[in-house]
Amino acid sequence: MRGIIGYGAYVPFYRLQRSAITAALGSGGGRGTRAVASYDEDATSMAVEACRNMIRSGGSSLPKPASVSFATSTPPYLDKTNATVIHAALGLPSSVFAADVGGAPRSVNAALRFALEGSSPAMIVASDVRTGRPGSADESMSGDGAVAWMIGSDRDAPVLAHWLGGASATSEFLDRWRLPGWNYSRVWEERFGEHAYLPLVAEAATAAFKQCELGSDDVDLVVVTGLHARAVRGAARSAGVGSAKIANDMTMTIGNTGTPHAGLVLTSALDEAEPNQTIMVIHLADGCDVGFYRTTEALTNFVSAEPISAQIERGNDTLDYNKFLTWRGFLDREPPRRPDPTPPAAPPSQRNQAWKYGFVGSRDRSSGAIHLPPHRVSVKGGAVDEMEPIPMAEVKASVATFTIDRLAYTLSPPAIAVVIDFDGGGRFSCQLTDADPESVAIGNRVQMTFRRMRTDNGVHNYFWKAKPATIEEPASASNLAEEEK
Amino acid sequence: MASRGIKDQVAIVGMGCTNFGEHWDKSVEDMLVEASQEAYASAGIEQDDVDAFWFGTLGSGVSGLTLSRALKLDYKPVTRVENMCATGSEAFRNACYAVASGAYDVACAIGVEKLKDNGMSGLVSTPLPDDGTRPEMTAPATFSLLAPAYGNKYGVKEDEMKDVLTRIAWKNHYNGARNPRAQFQKEVPKDKIRNAPLIAGQLGIFDCSGVSDGSAAAIIVRAEDALKYTDKPIYVKALAFAAGPAAGPIDSDYDYTTFHEVAACAADAYSQAGVDNPMAEIAMAEVHDCFTPTELVLMEDLGFAERGLGWKEVMAGTYDLDGELPVNPDGGLKSFGHPIGASGLRMLLECWLQLRQEAPEDRQIKSVTEEGKTLGMTHNLGGAPGECVSFISIVGSELG
Repeated sequence: MRGIIGYGAYVPFYRLQRSAITAALGSGGGRGTRAVASYDEDATSMAVEACRNMIRSGGSSLPKPASVSFATSTPPYLDKTNATVIHAALGLPSSVFAADVGGAPRSVNAALRFALEGSSPAMIVASDVRTGRPGSADESMSGDGAVAWMIGSDRDAPVLAHWLGGASATSEFLDRWRLPGWNYSRVWEERFGEHAYLPLVAEAATAAFKQCELGSDDVDLVVVTGLHARAVRGAARSAGVGSAKIANDMTMTIGNTGTPHAGLVLTSALDEAEPNQTIMVIHLADGCDVGFYRTTEALTNFVSAEPISAQIERGNDTLDYNKFLTWRGFLDREPPRRPDPTPPAAPPSQRNQAWKYGFVGSRDRSSGAIHLPPHRVSVKGGAVDEMEPIPMAEVKASVATFTIDRLAYTLSPPAIAVVIDFDGGGRFSCQLTDADPESVAIGNRVQMTFRRMRTDNGVHNYFWKAKPATIEEPASASNLAEEEK
Repeated sequence: MASRGIKDQVAIVGMGCTNFGEHWDKSVEDMLVEASQEAYASAGIEQDDVDAFWFGTLGSGVSGLTLSRALKLDYKPVTRVENMCATGSEAFRNACYAVASGAYDVACAIGVEKLKDNGMSGLVSTPLPDDGTRPEMTAPATFSLLAPAYGNKYGVKEDEMKDVLTRIAWKNHYNGARNPRAQFQKEVPKDKIRNAPLIAGQLGIFDCSGVSDGSAAAIIVRAEDALKYTDKPIYVKALAFAAGPAAGPIDSDYDYTTFHEVAACAADAYSQAGVDNPMAEIAMAEVHDCFTPTELVLMEDLGFAERGLGWKEVMAGTYDLDGELPVNPDGGLKSFGHPIGASGLRMLLECWLQLRQEAPEDRQIKSVTEEGKTLGMTHNLGGAPGECVSFISIVGSELG
C-alpha cells in the first residue's frame, strides 16, 4: 500500500505584520502575520530547503526517488525546467527524472495523484511566492512557503500515512487568474466563487467517501485549504464533515501559501497526529480534490528535523512593509552607482554543477585539506589531483571573522559578509542571510542555505549562503546522492 | 636557484607625474603625454632616445597600442603589463630588467588609469564569465576584515582600533596637504575622520583611498650611464615580487592579521638590497594604504614593527612625516589618490624627490636631510587579504 514515506516543510524566516500594511496604506492588512520569502529566495530555492528538511528527517531510510516533480504557480523560469535546479542542489543522479508541473495551485494534485497511483518512489515538492497588489486581500492573507513529500510503498520505506484513496470534481469558472508576466493575480467577486465551489466540494467528498468506503464519523481530522477563503470556510460543511475537527490552517501565522498549502497543513497535522488516525484533505482549486490518509505506527518513530511549528515560532516579524514591497519588486528603488552585474555563464555553471548547486568541495586524500570551491592542487602540501568530492551543504560551521558591507548591493542592506570555518575543516567566505547585523559575532554557529543570489539579464544565480544555525543535532546521513552503480 | 636581484645595475634618471584627481577635462592620451613629457624633460632626453617602453594599466586600454598611438612612437617595443594594484610597479620592474640585461640603453616605464569617466562609485572591473559563485564582498569589506582580526589577536579594543585607523588616515591627509600633486590636499580633523559614515566594518569613508585619474613615468638607464643624465640618479637596490597560493579564503589557518605575500616579498627585497635592519636603514617608505588597516598590517609585514605592536608605533607617531620612519610622506593612496596603473610609479616619484632632497620644504623628511639615510622603499599589493600580489622596490641615492 502506498502513501507518504517522508515529508518536510519550509517556511521562510521573515513575517510581515498585516497591521504594517494598514499603517502604510490606511487600508488593507488585518490581524496576524504572513510569511515572506526573503529577497534572496524564490519558489525553487524554498523548494530545495523543503526537500533538505525532508531528507534530514528521513535520513538513510528514505529511498532514492525515481522522479522529482516540482509544482508551483510562481515558477522562476518558463521554457526551462525549474526542477532540474532542485535535482542538482540535492545531488541526485542523472537517472532521476525531474520535471515541473505548474501554472496553477491545483497542479500539485496532479503530481501527487500520479505519484500515489504509480509504482516507484517519487519526490513531490510544491512551493509558491504569493503576491498581491498593495492593499489587496491576496497581499495580506497569502504567504510564502514550500513542502516536500516522498511517496512510496512499504517496500521502499516505512509508510507514515497510507493513502486510502480520493475523488475529484472539476469545473471551468473564472475565480482567480493571472496573465504570464503579471506579478499579482486578479479575482472575481467572492460570492460567485463560493457559489461555484461548494457544490464541487460536496460532489468530490461524496465520491471520495464512497470510493474509500468511509463515513464522516471515521474522519479524525480535516485539512481544508484553497485560495478562496470564503469557500474554504464553508467547505467542511459541504463535504459533510462540519462537526469534525478541522486542522489549523496557519492563516494567522504564515498566510495561505497556495500550491504547497494543503501539504504544509498536512505536515503540521502529521507532526501532531497519533497512529491509526484518518485525515481527510479537501483542496479547493478550480474544482475540488478530496483524499484520505491513515497514519501508521511508523509515525511514532518519525521526528521532523525542522518541524513547521518550530519554523513558525522562529519567524522574524520586524520586516518593514517598504522592504517587503522592495523585495517583491513593487517598489523600483534607486540602484547603486555600480555597473550592472553580469549573470553566471552557462558553460562554467554546468562544469561546476556539483559545486554551484550541490556545494560539493574537494578533499585532498593526502593531507585531508578541504577546498571550497574544489581545487586540483592541494593548498596543504601541493599534491596534484589527489582530490575526492566532499559534500558540505549539511556541515555546520563557525564564523571566523565577519564584516558589515554597506557598499555591497543588496535588496536588504547592509550585507553581512562572513568567513566561516566548517566543522572538520574547510573555509569559505559568503554572505550571511536571515540574520541581524547587530547580532553577528565571531564564533556564531551557521549552516548553509540554498538561495537565489540575484537575477541579472534574466538569469537567476542560484548558490549557497550561510544562515544562523537552527539545527544543532548532527544531520542524518543521506544516501540519496549516491551514484547508481 | 636564487633571487639575485640587480642591485646597483640600473638607475632612475628622470620622472614625470600628472596631478592625481578627477580629471574631467583630461583623457588617457592627455595624461600619458603629460607624464611622459615631464619624464623626458626631467632626464634631459627626447622621446626618440627611449629604446623601449613598459606600459601599465589595469583597464584604461589594451596592448602597447594605447601608449604608442597616444605618443606617436616610432616603431618601438611597447609591453603592456597588468598586475592588479601593482601594475605601475610591474611596468617599472620589467623595464629595469630589460635595461639590466643589456637589451636596451634607455627604457621608459609609464602607467596610467582613467577611473572617473565611467560614472560609477569605486573601482569597476570586468570579471571573466564564471559560475556566479565568487564571494561578492566589496574591496573595503575584504580589507575591513583585518581590523577585528588584528584587534582580537593582539588585544586591541574596537575603540582603540578606531583611533589607530583614524590616526593613519589623519597622517596621510596631513602629508597630502603638503603635496601640490595630490588629489586631497587638505588636513582632516581626527573627529571628522572618526565620525564619518561607515562603509564596511569599522571603515568610514576616510579610511578608503581616493579614486582618481592620473599617470606617472620613469626613465631607466644602466647605472654606469646614469651620471650622463643627472647628477643625482636614484639607483635600484631591490625589486621583489610575490604571488602566492591565494589560500586565505580557503584555508582556516589564515587569520587576517598579515599578508603572507608581503612578508615573503619583503624578505626577498631586503636580501637583494643587503638591508639587515629596515627601521635603521630605510629613510622612508611609500606603502599600499588602500585602506587604513592595510597600512597598519603592512608596518609589521615590512618589519617596521614587531608583530602585535604596529598599532602602538602608529599611535606614537613613528611613521609620521617627522617620525623615525616616515611612511607615505606624499599622502599615500589615501590622499594622493589611486589611479591603479600609475600608483607604483607615483610612489617612486616620492623616493626620487625625497632622496634627492627636492621635496617641497614642508614635507622634506629629516631622515634624509639630517640623518643622512639614503634608501627609500615602495610597496604595492593587489587583491585582498589572503590572496594578493605584492611588489617591493628599494631604491637609493648612492651606489654600494
